[in-house]
Amino acid sequence: MSILNFISVQILNVPAYLIGIVAVIGLIAMKKKPGEVISGGVKAAMGYLILGAGATVVVNSLTPFGDLILKDTGAHGVVPTNEVITAQAASQFGAQSAYIIVLGFIVMLVLARFTPLRYVFLTGHHMVFMSTLLAVVLSVGFGPGQGIWVVLIGSVLMGVIMVVMPAFAQPYMNRVVGSPDGNLAIGHFNTLGYIVAGAAGAAVGKRSKSAEEVNFPQGLSFLRDSMVSTTLLMLVLYMVFAVWGAIVLPHDTLMQIFASSTSGPSADLGAYIMAAFAQALQFGIGVSVILYGVRIILGELVPAFQGIAERVVPGAKPALDVPIVFPFGPNSSLIGFLSSFVGGLFTLVVIAIWLGPAFGLALILPGMVPHFFDGGGAGVFGNATGGRRGAVVGGFLNGILITLLPAFLLTVLGTLGMANSTFGDADFGWFGTVNGLIARLGMPAAPIVMVLFALLLVAAAWIFKVRRVDTGWLPGRARAEWLAAQKEPVRH
Amino acid sequence: MNVVCVCGMGIGTSIILKMNAEKALGRLGVPATVTTSDISAARGAAQGADLILTSAELAEKLADISAPVAVVNNFMDATEIETVLSDHLPRS
Repeated sequence: MSILNFISVQILNVPAYLIGIVAVIGLIAMKKKPGEVISGGVKAAMGYLILGAGATVVVNSLTPFGDLILKDTGAHGVVPTNEVITAQAASQFGAQSAYIIVLGFIVMLVLARFTPLRYVFLTGHHMVFMSTLLAVVLSVGFGPGQGIWVVLIGSVLMGVIMVVMPAFAQPYMNRVVGSPDGNLAIGHFNTLGYIVAGAAGAAVGKRSKSAEEVNFPQGLSFLRDSMVSTTLLMLVLYMVFAVWGAIVLPHDTLMQIFASSTSGPSADLGAYIMAAFAQALQFGIGVSVILYGVRIILGELVPAFQGIAERVVPGAKPALDVPIVFPFGPNSSLIGFLSSFVGGLFTLVVIAIWLGPAFGLALILPGMVPHFFDGGGAGVFGNATGGRRGAVVGGFLNGILITLLPAFLLTVLGTLGMANSTFGDADFGWFGTVNGLIARLGMPAAPIVMVLFALLLVAAAWIFKVRRVDTGWLPGRARAEWLAAQKEPVRH
Repeated sequence: MNVVCVCGMGIGTSIILKMNAEKALGRLGVPATVTTSDISAARGAAQGADLILTSAELAEKLADISAPVAVVNNFMDATEIETVLSDHLPRS
């Protein structure tokens, strides 16, 4: 028995080894050569350890930042960064989320095989984030010692969300791609934001020209480089709150915030400002290291997952990451990003003035990566159904969503909620919050209600797929007819 | 040959492109190593690469590197990827 105990506690409970083993099994199933199997297993395990190393750097950078915001404003302020919160949660919930990914993938394959929801979700990093989110909210809700239920129920919820969201977004996606046969599906957990943007576009942009007809300055495209954009944004945020602090806080309090750099005789305002500057850079470094780890893990896992899916569900549609829609609207994606950012700042002010004091919501500072990718996607969806107006309104609404939803999610994340980060995209927000609230029912009611909720989602997506998607319904019909009429020669 | 697939973050679409490029190279019978990179590290990754595959909007950012850059419009289109690759095979 002690050997079994050793294996389960010392190996299967260590996320890095578990991920390595999963990669090895996947590669063996793909009939890869022994050398490739070994290197894949080693790389996947090392990738996970690298992720943890990056998390340490980020946490060390965020701790004084959170402290600074709290002392400046009296409110808890957070920059939503999926990579960071996942890496932070890895030590406590890593093993459970690894099991949820694998079992959730199997649930997804079963659903794709036996229902009309024939989608294979292939966006690996979002699977990692969603499984972590579910492991956290279910563990917090179910209480200690319920690990097996967390994994089982988490896997059902994970498998369900991976097929229902692409189905709900499919008509909008067809409008983006410009073909009703649905060759491409979106597999990205900001789908609620894209559907809202697409629906808003259809409502406001009945007679709006496409954003792609505008000559849009490409000067902002340098922000596509996430290392640059994340670091610059953090520098700006850090500097804003550091200068704010320098104005309102007493000197002794200031010197305590970056105690390691601003102690001793050389402690002055210059040292304090440069310490803030250095910490902002540390955040960019940490995120880059985490992403490097994620990249190595996914490079091994995603091909293995896809190879297995091809055998089990031949002909299923791959649901892919949001950048696949950017080529269908390069201008729209930049417009959507800017509108989303403005929407995020607008909502930040609303929280600071009204929602925070009234409901205790945290200040959600704009995260560059979510606004860029989610806002960009929302812009493309909004433009597809409602032209320029659709891109602007869709992006703005997305910005509101990805500011409010992470704030709600923070309230159900339990102890992690104080960890200076939360998940940034819309689906993590609504799905995590709903399940977090259900989880508060405790055992045994919570798992039963969750399974019913999952069944309800599948049923709704099933009906939508058969009645709407498969019959060729497209949103924004009025605008499509108007565009067609524009192209016809004028009759005298 | 060494092929590098580049996307914004190096964790989503570039992996899809890598898998499809590996399949296409297999069909073409070309022995090759395909890796992924994000746009931040792409210039470094391009050192020693024989070909960079990426989307149109990112290709502009890699216009001045020494390795040839090929644009793939649809990362899921096996025919397009095969055509792009066969146009860039090393002349033996």
